[in-house]
Amino acid sequence: MSKDSQTVTGAQSLVNSLEAAGVDVMFGIPGGAILPAYDPIFDSKIRHILVRHEQGAGHAATGYAQATGRVGVCIATSGPGATNLVTPLADAQMDSVPIVAITGQVASGSIGTDAFQEADIRGITMPVTKHNFLITDAKDISRAIAEAFHIAATGRPGAVLVDIAKDALQNQTEFSYPSQVKLAGYNPIIDALPEAIRDAARLIAESSRPVLYVGGGAIKSNASKELMLLAELTGAPVVTTLMALGVFPVSHQQNLGMPGMHGTVAAVTALQKADLLITLGARFDDRVTGKLSSFAPHAKIIHADIDPAEIGKNRIADVALVGDLSRTIKSLLPALKDEYKKHRPDLAAWWSECNSWRTAYPLGFDEPTDGSLSPQYVIQRLGQIAGPDAIYVAGVGQHQMWSSQFINYEKPRTWLNSGGLGTMGYAVPAAMGAKVGAPDKVVWAIDGDGCFQMTNQELVTCALNNIPIKVAIINNESLGMVRQWQTLFYEGRYSNTQLHSKRIPDFAKLGEAMGCVGLRAESKEDVDRVINEAMAINDRPVVVDFSVHKDAMVWPMVAAGASNDLITVARSMAPVWDSQEL
Amino acid sequence: MATHTLSVLVENSPGVLARISSLFSRRGYNIDSLAVGPTEDPEISRMTIVINVEGHALEQVIQQLDKLINVISITRLDPVTSVQRELLLVKVATTPTNRSQVLETVQLFRAKVVDVAQDAVTIEATGNAEKIQALLRVLEPYGIKELVQSGLVAMERGLRLTTNER
Repeated sequence: MSKDSQTVTGAQSLVNSLEAAGVDVMFGIPGGAILPAYDPIFDSKIRHILVRHEQGAGHAATGYAQATGRVGVCIATSGPGATNLVTPLADAQMDSVPIVAITGQVASGSIGTDAFQEADIRGITMPVTKHNFLITDAKDISRAIAEAFHIAATGRPGAVLVDIAKDALQNQTEFSYPSQVKLAGYNPIIDALPEAIRDAARLIAESSRPVLYVGGGAIKSNASKELMLLAELTGAPVVTTLMALGVFPVSHQQNLGMPGMHGTVAAVTALQKADLLITLGARFDDRVTGKLSSFAPHAKIIHADIDPAEIGKNRIADVALVGDLSRTIKSLLPALKDEYKKHRPDLAAWWSECNSWRTAYPLGFDEPTDGSLSPQYVIQRLGQIAGPDAIYVAGVGQHQMWSSQFINYEKPRTWLNSGGLGTMGYAVPAAMGAKVGAPDKVVWAIDGDGCFQMTNQELVTCALNNIPIKVAIINNESLGMVRQWQTLFYEGRYSNTQLHSKRIPDFAKLGEAMGCVGLRAESKEDVDRVINEAMAINDRPVVVDFSVHKDAMVWPMVAAGASNDLITVARSMAPVWDSQEL
Repeated sequence: MATHTLSVLVENSPGVLARISSLFSRRGYNIDSLAVGPTEDPEISRMTIVINVEGHALEQVIQQLDKLINVISITRLDPVTSVQRELLLVKVATTPTNRSQVLETVQLFRAKVVDVAQDAVTIEATGNAEKIQALLRVLEPYGIKELVQSGLVAMERGLRLTTNER
């Protein structure tokens, strides 16, 4: 204990620790076991935003963290309060988002007795967090909080839960915040090995068909500047995964778009035909690789990641660069310049192939013939009107994929979504968190009518707390992505995907009831007017119900488990490869 | 599939066994045996884990284990350069006529009789897995009434410490 320690309650120690950790906002709901903490929260300079469901608190913390790069914080009581955080914890952990969840636990003497509102949240969240703590002694609170923030934010970021027994919050302790955290079993590797850097540089200099395969780690590492330097030094095609959109501008000539199940033909095909993947903070996720055994069959692999367990997990790497990505690229640049002095590959032939795919199979969509509104058009116009400085937050499903395809992301942290866990209901609370973290930015949640009905109550939180987000509901009155699979793989047998959400609920009225402005668009002519109307409102949240065609599908598509070579650009339509096909 | 022995130093904190077993279960790794015990440092426990995985998957197991915050170090123990032991307690049915044969077997295997009753003896044996299996094969015909076996524990031979960082 340091000299300037003071006697306080465990609850006060918690709040002091959160302040010392630099927390400026947290999202939560009080309840019995966490109640002692809420008394000092009342006096704290930390802004506490009272949400309407703990899941909203968790996703808000995630949205805040993704938009700002800082650790997001949520707080809930024991039992159901804590179990409601499980989905957002799993979500944040899958997408490597730094969040810390604080939960109250029943008094230490009651743990294990099936007490009222008792749940073993440490046990429950073990597989879905980076680490978690159960604290039963007031003196351990400040150290646990310091460790939790350190673990959440460093190395590969992730979700950390701190469960604190009620008596630990009530008892007296000496408060002092540890000035530094040392954990014997936790020492993230920051710098890649110099010999691996040299090996990587040599492979790049030898490659005539390289691709920079960039994942969400590039955003986590704030590596967009370094990435730009590497891209321009190599002149190689760049593909950015769903988690990486914005880290490399769409407008850049070298950007081939997003790879994966609904990626561009050019991005998917470039990976398939490459002789080298320069993998930067990406993890060979099944939605990117398709059938793993046929993924990028001719490519050597350079794999840069902060997490050594990602190396070789799905695809064996020829060169592993374990370390922080921005530092890795910084070391790679001079090594590569040296290699280029000896040998500089000519990528002209490779680019002419890549460009031929890009020209032949651009992203696009057909307007519905019945005059109804095309969902892709709505999203495209939204992106054009709100522009590259706005933050776009999607739910999960068709609208998410169209938002990844038809909005041109130019900057990191302007595209937030639930990529790994695929959490429907993520958008509204995550947009709330993003707006709290970046109040000067326009924040659009782009949500499906199915997703929206899972977590829309947080619009009440937004309305009451002056968090003026905008929500575009892409209302196709169905669970659209599931319906698309039923169309393609279940002979159009639409079992339980019809939501009737053009009849019930009335989203505009629902928005109004929650203190938002409710707007509606039903035809192409409405779209610009309604978006501009929403853009002009800054004192309240806005909900726009875009009533769209329900048969629109997401293309291109690689069916789940199929080889990426079997990409289809539209139903039953595969690209016609040229004679140079490998 | 090949058997590998990992000596894992962990912080002696509540829940650490659950973290490790949860990781193995979640990632689909098969544990052959697991032994947990104290070390010379009361803050630190040692787990000796025997797993059955293909060559490349072993590296994944080690990397994933290493990600657990409470795991301090992981050492792969080579059966040639380490001492590996299991403990066996086995209750064998005996009759007045065959008891001496059972006792002879015990001697041959350098095992010990720890309890004798009218129609059974309880035998304690330590050794590597092959020795324990061999002893059991010999005792089998007499009638094994019950057996209890520990997980494997292991230590580097010579001056090398098992505790060294990987």
